Amino acid sequence: MTINGTLVSLDVEPRTLLVHYLRDHAGLTGTNVGCDTSSCGACTVHLDGEAVKSCTVLAVQADDREITTIEGLADGDVLHPMQQAFHECHALQCGYCTPGMIMAAVSLLDEVPNPTEADVREGLEGNLCRCTGYHNIVQAVLQAAGGDGGGR
Amino acid sequence: MIPAAFDYVRAESAGHALELLAEHGDEAKLLAGGHSLIPLMKFRLAAPAVVVDIGRITELSYVRDAGDHLAIGALTRHRDIEISELVGTQAGLLAAATSKVGDPQVRHRGTIGGALAHGDPASDIPAALLALRATMVVEGPDGQREVSSDDFFTGFLETTIGEQDLLTEIRVPKVPDAGWSFQKFNRRAQDWAIVGAAVLVNGGSCGVGLVNMDSRPVRAAGVESAIAGGADAADAAASAADGLEPPADLNAGVEYRQHLARVLTRRGLEEAGA
Repeated sequence: MTINGTLVSLDVEPRTLLVHYLRDHAGLTGTNVGCDTSSCGACTVHLDGEAVKSCTVLAVQADDREITTIEGLADGDVLHPMQQAFHECHALQCGYCTPGMIMAAVSLLDEVPNPTEADVREGLEGNLCRCTGYHNIVQAVLQAAGGDGGGR
Repeated sequence: MIPAAFDYVRAESAGHALELLAEHGDEAKLLAGGHSLIPLMKFRLAAPAVVVDIGRITELSYVRDAGDHLAIGALTRHRDIEISELVGTQAGLLAAATSKVGDPQVRHRGTIGGALAHGDPASDIPAALLALRATMVVEGPDGQREVSSDDFFTGFLETTIGEQDLLTEIRVPKVPDAGWSFQKFNRRAQDWAIVGAAVLVNGGSCGVGLVNMDSRPVRAAGVESAIAGGADAADAAASAADGLEPPADLNAGVEYRQHLARVLTRRGLEEAGA
């Protein structure tokens, strides 16, 4: 599969989950394992540009596909606009949910470029922040969207 | 959590999937989007010796206008149904129910056929298809057969799909002028429904499918006949839980679920214009 623009080819057991492939085999530990039951969204990555929960995808299902992880968002030292917005809005407390939140938020803006606050809250329903720091996360996504918050 | 070891085979077409099922028999499980099967395998509630991946069979991913009904490929993802203009205008109830499945990440992977084949009474999709009177198309060693949604779900996590069968298409009657409502009661945004009601009102008749109100997805037949007989929404909804045996769990006991079924059915009938 292609991970963050680099072709990665490794032999793994069919039962290897994508999140373990990324962390343990490809050495990309930015993607976290949270609940391990496709509820919390900490393991969210992009599969062919769309947010998926990598704890519920087999690595073999991503064979020949494009994967983007949190490590692949920034352009060198220049943060992705969503990362910059999370930074400026202090959209994190402990930070554990942050990689998944950012990946889900980028995917959300691809589908709904000018979201309302309600769109953002609903669009991030698959990501849990156990610090309950949702307010600043929502503000960051709205800032990154750069729209008027008035809807698509 | 890591699934038990299995052999992985990728099916290149519907015909190839049927061949692989015939070859491996009851040792094989079909993998579509994986959002029902992979969790079961991680919990080791399922441990198939062979996983047949049908997730790349693009020929089974479509929404087509087929005259009096929509033909939906079994491997069409929830996300594609949620945003399909055809589904939205011709069977809005299905689009609404689909938009309530899991969360965006789940809907990017999960498929309509996978959700139906799993046969979970807590799933949103079956209730909508029961209300819409959909038909499932199943292919097996003896050819193709059509199964009404009423006959499709046979028990808890059980359907009429045999070990060597493949669900290929869902046929949904077009009802562009019908009123509809999907009522889902849960405590947190992405949760399964504690109880849900899918309501379709089409002229003087209605269809009501219930989520999590029995061991399998069911219709509220009493409500439907009451509406057909001229009852108003409140009177008709009073029989929503009649004859059903909902589960009891941490979220709700039997009586509370019966109460929710009546309330949600009434709200659904009212919103749908009964």
